[in-house]
Parts: sequence; structure tokens; C-alpha cells
Amino acid sequence: MKSDGFFSRLNSFVEYGSMREEDLTLSPSEKHKTIDTDIPENRWLTTVQNSEKPVGARIATWVSHRGVEIFDRLYRVAAAFICFTLIGVLLSVVAFLPAFGDEDAPAVNEVVERYVSKSVEETGTTNAVAGMISAYRGFDTLGEAHVLFAAACSVIILLRVDDPERRHGKLVDPVMTGEDMDFEPNSDLVLRKAAKVLVPLSFIFGLYVILNGTTSPGGGFSGGALMGAGLILTSVAFGFGRTERFFGDEMYHLVKTACLTAYALMMAYFIYMGANGFPDGVWLGIPGSIISGGLILPINIAVGFEVACTMYCFYALFRKGGL
Amino acid sequence: MDLVRNFPFLTIVFSLTCGVFCAILRPKAAKNLCLVWLALTFAMSLSVLVYTLRLDGSFVYRMGKWDAPWGNEIRVGPLEALMATAFSAVMILSLLGGMRHIFSDCEEGKVNLYFTMAALLVSSLFALIYTNDLFTAYVFVEINTIASCALVMLKSSGRTLVATTRYLIMSLLGSGLFLLGIVILYGITGELLMESIAGKVREIFATGEYSLPLTVVIGFFSVGLAVKSALFPFHSWLPDAHGSATASSSAILSGLVLKGYIIVLIKVFYRVFGLQIIMAERVSNFLFLFGILAMICGSVGALRERDIKRMLAYSSVAQVGYIYVGIGMHSEAGMVAACVQILAHCVTKPMLFCAAGGFMDVSGGKKTMADIKGAGRRDRVGGAAFTVGALSMVGIPFFAGFVTKLTLTQAAVGSDNVRMIIALAAVAISTLLNALYYIPVIFNIFSKPADGEAHASRPRADYAFAMCAFMVLNVGFGVFSQQIVDAVRRGLELFGM
Repeated sequence: MKSDGFFSRLNSFVEYGSMREEDLTLSPSEKHKTIDTDIPENRWLTTVQNSEKPVGARIATWVSHRGVEIFDRLYRVAAAFICFTLIGVLLSVVAFLPAFGDEDAPAVNEVVERYVSKSVEETGTTNAVAGMISAYRGFDTLGEAHVLFAAACSVIILLRVDDPERRHGKLVDPVMTGEDMDFEPNSDLVLRKAAKVLVPLSFIFGLYVILNGTTSPGGGFSGGALMGAGLILTSVAFGFGRTERFFGDEMYHLVKTACLTAYALMMAYFIYMGANGFPDGVWLGIPGSIISGGLILPINIAVGFEVACTMYCFYALFRKGGL
Repeated sequence: MDLVRNFPFLTIVFSLTCGVFCAILRPKAAKNLCLVWLALTFAMSLSVLVYTLRLDGSFVYRMGKWDAPWGNEIRVGPLEALMATAFSAVMILSLLGGMRHIFSDCEEGKVNLYFTMAALLVSSLFALIYTNDLFTAYVFVEINTIASCALVMLKSSGRTLVATTRYLIMSLLGSGLFLLGIVILYGITGELLMESIAGKVREIFATGEYSLPLTVVIGFFSVGLAVKSALFPFHSWLPDAHGSATASSSAILSGLVLKGYIIVLIKVFYRVFGLQIIMAERVSNFLFLFGILAMICGSVGALRERDIKRMLAYSSVAQVGYIYVGIGMHSEAGMVAACVQILAHCVTKPMLFCAAGGFMDVSGGKKTMADIKGAGRRDRVGGAAFTVGALSMVGIPFFAGFVTKLTLTQAAVGSDNVRMIIALAAVAISTLLNALYYIPVIFNIFSKPADGEAHASRPRADYAFAMCAFMVLNVGFGVFSQQIVDAVRRGLELFGM
């Protein structure tokens, strides 16, 4: 087997990982013992090795040397074959599908018609897409916002370093801690001058996109991404010290929890009233102005801040293992 | 409208919010919040079950002001309510059964995130059970995927990271195929609501237009969801992920997460395509064949394992095979058998995983067969639970596993000759293999360990409670099998309408 192959690296990682796991629970002498007894992977192999039959042993060595190599090669061929088959199938399916923009396509039906023709009247927005994702199919979008939340939590689980000593770079080598940040051009003049102009702009533009989500293309997801980019740019240009002053761990959790809870409560109220046939009493506002769309505007704001938090959270965790 | 009708929607939305709050609480508080909310969820699902059984019908709940093709909706019937009730009960018991491990296996500052993920998982499972809209299903499949990977990853070691990577790649492949299927189906029908698609699909099938895309869509749905639920040739990620995760995660993943995707598949087959089209496209033949292979190969895999958790994980592969054999019979009776197996496995396997966790506790954290020798003497309640679970898996009467083997055999007898012979032979061989690997473990855990001493340690209250409740559930399932099978049958009739 090639030493630099993906699977051999994966295997060595497994070994390394398991050793580390054992280290935590066992004393060194015990460790050697378990490793010695753990070598045979299963019962059949044990019997083969113990009785030392020449045929069995020869088969075992053949499998471990030649067999793995053949399997590796077959694996690649099979993978390529499956990929190309899938590509072929998808291309031929696309040839059968109705053409893009075809007005006789099955997707042009009463559902789309109502979204386009009635969304101003029923949801109060002149942006039909916002009306569709936040009002007509609001439940899906609530789920989507929580997909982001789940992803952010997973990254926290994977990357957050809770040990404060390691986090601030007082221990071990620079690669592990983040002292390598010193080598990055955060004192770069061009970057800092440009950031001074761009950071306020991206925040203001992000807010603009969020607030105008009911009247023009945009809304919570895209505006939040812009604000998140502003936060990331701040920390790239001026260092984490600057962002930590106003956006640390606590602020992150506060904003995120408040936004998601507000969103879920608004949506729950909306669904409950709608499903039970009660009037929900939300003023839809004046279509075309910023205050329009009823609950869509507050939902956009909540989603926007949540998305900004998530983006910055990903960046900060990958860069320094914490917020 | 009756208040009870709101409960399914409340459980879905507020499970999400419960997850959000767990992320900022301290571990103990997060645990309490999560358990209290899950208990409430269980109570609500139970009342929905009673309501639908009395109603003897299903109802549609509109998610918002607008009716279904424009807005979202969920659909609740006895079968869905039964699944939801069972899932919430099993979720609580799995968390309780492995609580000690959750606190010892996860990093200290991240224990609360375990409960976040558990709450998100419950929400997504409920949404998958209740949804009547393919895109809603996809959104919650995403949450389900992320949360279940995180549950494996939360035990921090190299092995779980590798297992999570494999799991994530396979799971995302499955999600991707599922999404492509939805996209193509939307392209040819223009609908996302299951009933509307069903109408359009019948027209398309009758006219023969778009026949290739339709076949590809059915293939993508089947393969995508089969990858995610670890049907035989796609099962390679499962033993690693389930074998290396912490006890509760293994229990939740094998008992609930795999089943969530299978429920979506059954829904797609029943409500979107209808059994006629599935039969005409011959997908069920493949599912049947792979199910049979899974029953045999999963058991053979389990037979070769020395690590108890990996053995249980391979056994899950075999048990998923039973479900797919039921689906592949493409008969009403086969579907009943599949649904009964979903329920029976979800009250059995989590118990076995939690008991295995208990054995590891009393054996110095090690989990090979040699290490857990005599563990049943040191941890009596775990030993009893493992025995019940193992006997159930083998298929002894009065336990849950027997009911599935019985319904599956009945379904096989009612099927065509070839299927009958293959299915009966496979059930017989698989039962034999199950006995071959479960019975020695029972003997192993109750035999005297080499160093002689075996004093029973006092089990933790939550662990003992979970084990006892699981045993009661399992035996109750076996004893009241007729009522459960009837409820499932009636639920399936309402499911397809």
C-alpha cells in the first residue's frame, strides 16, 4: 500500500486516535498488554495465526500486501465508473426535463400564480420571494434557520478549545495555538485603509438589505451574510482584539438565542393563529414601504443577525478555536 | 378545532427552541430542560395517539394561514402518532440510560450541546414523521444529518472523528441524492405536496411522458434514503459510527435516526408514487434482495466482532434488512411487517446499547468480549436488560422481536412463491445467526470472571430506571402484539389515503 494514500493516512489517524484514547484510561504497562492482545482483528484471524498453517499464513500475507493494493485499485476504478454513470444519467434526465423558462412546464401552475399575483395582497410584501419563504412556506424557513444553528453548534463542538491556557498561546508550539496569526498581514497598510472604508459600508449595506427585504431582493439571509462579512473583515484587518471588544462569547450567545427564540415564537404564533382560523391581528403595513409585510420584517431582522453570528462564528472558530 | 390537533406542531417548533436554550445553559440545567421537554413531548404525542385512535382517521394541520399547495401542512394519523410516541419515549430512556457516559465522554464545556443536538434531533424526527411536503422533509433531513453526526462527534477521540467523517460523507451523499430526486420530481410535476404529486405522477405514468426521469427519481429516493438508513451495500459507515459513539448516541442513532429515513421512504412509496408504480418500476425487487443480503451479511459481520458495541452495530444492519424485506414484499402485509419491525427494533436496540454502556462501566471502560466477562453479575439490571434484548433479537415469544419475525413470516407466506421461499429461508438463517452471536454473549456476561470476584455494584437510579422501563416496553410489546399490529395495520390504511 502506498504510504501517502488517503486510506493509509486515515488508518494511521485511527491508530493514533485510539492510542490517545487508551493513554487517558490506562497505565503504560497495561497499555502494552492490551495492544499486544488486541492485534488480531477477529477470531478467524486469531486461529489462523495461532495454528500457523503455511497456507493460511500465506493467504494472510497475500491479503495484507497484494490484496489491499488490488482492492485499492479496483476501488478507484469502481468510483470513477459510478461517477461517470451518475453524470451520464443526470445529463440524460436533464435532456428530458422541460426547458428553462418554458411557459408550459408543469412547474408553472396555480401555486406559482398565486405567489406572484396575490403576495402583495396576502402578505403585504412587494418582494414575492420574501412572501413565499417567510410567510407562505414559513415553516420550512424556520427549519432552515435552525440548520444554520445546528451547523454552528457542530463547529463549536469540533473546534472550540475550552482550555484558556492553550487558547491564548501561552503553551506548546505556535502551530497549535494561533501564534501564527502574528505572521499574517494584520498590520498591512492597504488592508487596514481599505477595511476602514469597507467595514462601515458592509454593515450599513447589510442592514439596508435586511430592512428592505420586504420591498426588494434580499432579506435576512443575504443581509446577514453581508454583516457577517463585515465582522470577519474587521477581525482580519484590526485583529481579534477589536472584535472581541463588542462581540465575544456572551454576545454571540445572547444575539443568537434572542434571534432564534423570537423567530420561533413569531412563527409559532403565526402558525397557531392561522391553523385555528383566528385573525392574527398583525398589521401588514403599506406595501412598498419599509414597514410592510407584517411579521416578515421582524423575521428578516432575526434571521439576519443569526446568519451574521453564524458566519463570524465559523471564521473565529477556524482561526482561533473560540469566539 | 380541538386543542390536541395543535400538539404535533407544538412539539416540532418548541423542540427547536428547547435546543436553542440548551446551548446557553449549564450542563445540569440543559439536561433538566431537555428531559422535562421530552417528557412533555411524550405526553403530547400520547394524547395525539389516543385522539387519532378515537377519531379512527387522520387529520391535516395547516401550518399557517394558507392551504396546502401554497403553505405547508402536516398530516397526523394513528401510525404517525404511534411512531412519535414510541420515539419520544425511547429518546428519554436512551438519554437516561447513558447519562453517566454523556457527562464523562463529552468535554466539560460541551455537555450542554449534547442536549441541544438531542432536542434538534427529536424535532427533525417528528417533522419527518408528520410532514406531508417533500421539501419540508428535506429541510428536516438536513437537521437530522447534522445533529446525528454531532452526537457521534461529541465523544472526543480520534476514532469518533474518523467515524464521523465517514458518516458525514455517506450521509451527505444520501441527502444529495434525495434532494436531486426532489428537484427532478418538481421539474416534471410542479408540486411539492405529497397528494398533489401523487395525482400528477399517475397522469405522467399513464401517458408515458417523462418515464426516464420518473425512474431516475424513484432510484434516487431509494438509494439516497437507503444510504442514510444503512441498507446492506451502503452500511460500511454504520459499525464505526455506532460502535465508537457514546452509549446514548449509539442508542439514539440505531433506534431512531435510521428509522426516520425509512419512514420518509415508506411515505414516498405510499403517498407519492403509490405501490402500483413502485411495483411496475421493480424497485421493490432490489430493496427485497438487498434486505435479504443485509439480514445475512449483517449477522455474519456481527458474528465476527469481538467488540460488543460493534457487534450490536452490525446487528442493526441485519435488523434494517428485515425492514427492507418487509417493504420489498410490496404488499400490505409486508408494509405492516416493516412498520412493526421499526417499532420493535426501536424498543430493543437502544436497550442493548445502554446495557453495553453499563457493562463498560463495570469493566473499566473496556468493551471487548473478554473484558466484559461477568459484567452481568456486577451490573445486574444491565445484565437482565441485555438478556431481554438479546432474547428479543433472537425472536423468543413474548418479546418484541418475535412479533416482527411472526408478521414478516406471515407476509412472506402471503407473497408470491419465489419471495416466500427466499424470505422464509433468510428469516430462518438470520434467526440462527442471531442466536449464534447473542446467546454466547449472555453466557459470557453471566459467567464467573477469571479473577473470581464479582460483587454487584449499585446501579445509578437513572440507568436502572431506563433499563427497567425498556424491559417493560419490550415485554409489553411482545404481550400486546395483536393490538399493536392491528393499530399499525389500521394506521397504514389511513396512511396511504
